[in-house]
Amino acid sequence: MQHVTLTRFPYEEASNRPGILRLEQGLLLECGQHLAPLDIAYRTYGTLSAARDNAILVCHALTGDQYLGDTHPLTGKPGWWSRMVGPGLPIDTDRFHVICINVLGGCMGSTGPRSIGPRGEPWGTEFPPITIRDMVRAQALLLDHFGIERLFAAIGGSMGGMQVLEWVATYPERVFAAMPIATAPFHSAQNIAFNEVSRQAIFADPEWHAGRYWAHDAVPARGLAVARMMAHITYLSEEALTRKFGRRVRRDPKASAGSTPGGTIGTASLFGEMFEVESYLRHQGSSFVRRFDANSYLTITRAMDYFDLSAEHEGDLSAPFRGVATRFCVVSFSSDWLFPTSQSRLMARALNRAGVNVSFVEIESDRGHDAFLLDEPDLDRTVRGFINGAAEHAGLKAAH
Amino acid sequence: MRLDQKLIAGMIAPRTRVLDVGSGDGALIDYLFRTRGCDARGIEIDMREVTRSVAHGLPVMHGDADHDLAHYPDNAFDYVVLQRTLQAVERPREVLRQMLRIGRHAVISFPNFGHWRLRLQLLTSGRMPMTAVWHTQWYETPNIHPCTIRDFLALCQEEGYVVDRWLAIDEVGDRAPWRRSIRLANLFGEQALFLLRRRDA
Repeated sequence: MQHVTLTRFPYEEASNRPGILRLEQGLLLECGQHLAPLDIAYRTYGTLSAARDNAILVCHALTGDQYLGDTHPLTGKPGWWSRMVGPGLPIDTDRFHVICINVLGGCMGSTGPRSIGPRGEPWGTEFPPITIRDMVRAQALLLDHFGIERLFAAIGGSMGGMQVLEWVATYPERVFAAMPIATAPFHSAQNIAFNEVSRQAIFADPEWHAGRYWAHDAVPARGLAVARMMAHITYLSEEALTRKFGRRVRRDPKASAGSTPGGTIGTASLFGEMFEVESYLRHQGSSFVRRFDANSYLTITRAMDYFDLSAEHEGDLSAPFRGVATRFCVVSFSSDWLFPTSQSRLMARALNRAGVNVSFVEIESDRGHDAFLLDEPDLDRTVRGFINGAAEHAGLKAAH
Repeated sequence: MRLDQKLIAGMIAPRTRVLDVGSGDGALIDYLFRTRGCDARGIEIDMREVTRSVAHGLPVMHGDADHDLAHYPDNAFDYVVLQRTLQAVERPREVLRQMLRIGRHAVISFPNFGHWRLRLQLLTSGRMPMTAVWHTQWYETPNIHPCTIRDFLALCQEEGYVVDRWLAIDEVGDRAPWRRSIRLANLFGEQALFLLRRRDA
């Protein structure tokens, strides 16, 4: 896979940027380990009101980061939800103060496996196992620092949606409105299976070096790229792939020069041409390697696998939400097969059983799980309507 | 808002918890929230209507009367409303039971199959009647359990529900004058509106 460019630890520079809070007291993790000091990297948009009552926390997905609404420092691309968050947009920064935090275990400045551990070198695979609740508790420490007692809203898709659910389960008094999008109350066996394939791809990379790749001046780039390629397929739908690429083929210039993408196995006739979908996935894989750390990927995918809201309640999904006053809007997409509508409906019904005020919308889209990041007018209307409706109930003043 | 929805709203006390089953565009829950200070929510089967309602800031959940009422706790609401839908659900008796389990009161409106025009059409033509209220052919109608006002009263008696109020409504949804005589209402009322509660509630 010669398309992958080996770039050594580019994410290191990002952690030297402003927008990182260091908490010397650290955090006691669910696994029992005490992680200190704790760095929390974040970005904010809009202005916090004097009453500190207009804060919206947007939680990012597995491969996202805090660069929600402005240019990403490593890729140079617009923020991952810049079409949703900004002045006059559905999450209106003229009215709300939006906070996005790089998750605990991430690699964009928050404490994670790339941080220097107690042995004076990066934690690597020694980094303690973290959970979605640990991520949420780290976020709460940042909000404490800002003096934000209650979030007006917590919003997030996929793993971000898990954090939203966990926020309400852990701090029910601190969230007025919650919008979990394209997510589930627990990671299913199928979800865990996909993650395991991704992890095995990383372990199989010859540059993996048992997780201490930095010591060998290496990056398990092929494994990480394969992991991303596999995961990316699960984010799309068959219809979306067919519409975008079909069976279109393009000539691989390298193949005509004698080499093949398959290395020594293939022949020019077998791999002389490349399907456009292959080229697309390779591009996704290689650009991911430039901005993500393999050990971070392992840590965060594992946190998702552990996620199960009902684990402490004998399988009762309603239990964490009994008596909760938070207004919910659960959103799913019709073609999402990674976090299917059935799981969102399960969540919505569990909230009903708990007596919670919940809206539930399945948005018609053929773009699969990724739809929450794309231009879906029904999602925009739903987000805008839910936020404005909740703001009316919260007694927040209208947009100026 | 439709006229019959105004009559429904008139049966609901201010500042109560209301679930509108089949909330459509959300007009009733919006009205109840804005003018009565009710905590009103909706369930709607048509996803476009759900999206439209949520986009207007109204709490609406995608679902239907047959499958989703079971997921609410006992006495979660003061009123559960079912507008013009009872005749279209799979198990009307079970839906009524669920409504009066999760709500202290149930407000139900349905088109009256006992109306004289329907009786006359069936008598004279021998074919399924078609009127402004019953306007679909028998093979494509969503109405699988039509009933008359008398049928409904009999069911309430059988189930032990107390009829607190009832009225007959004309075609446009306005109050009809023969509301005090069951016999006349069943013959001349095009729709019926009932406020029920459990005997023990």
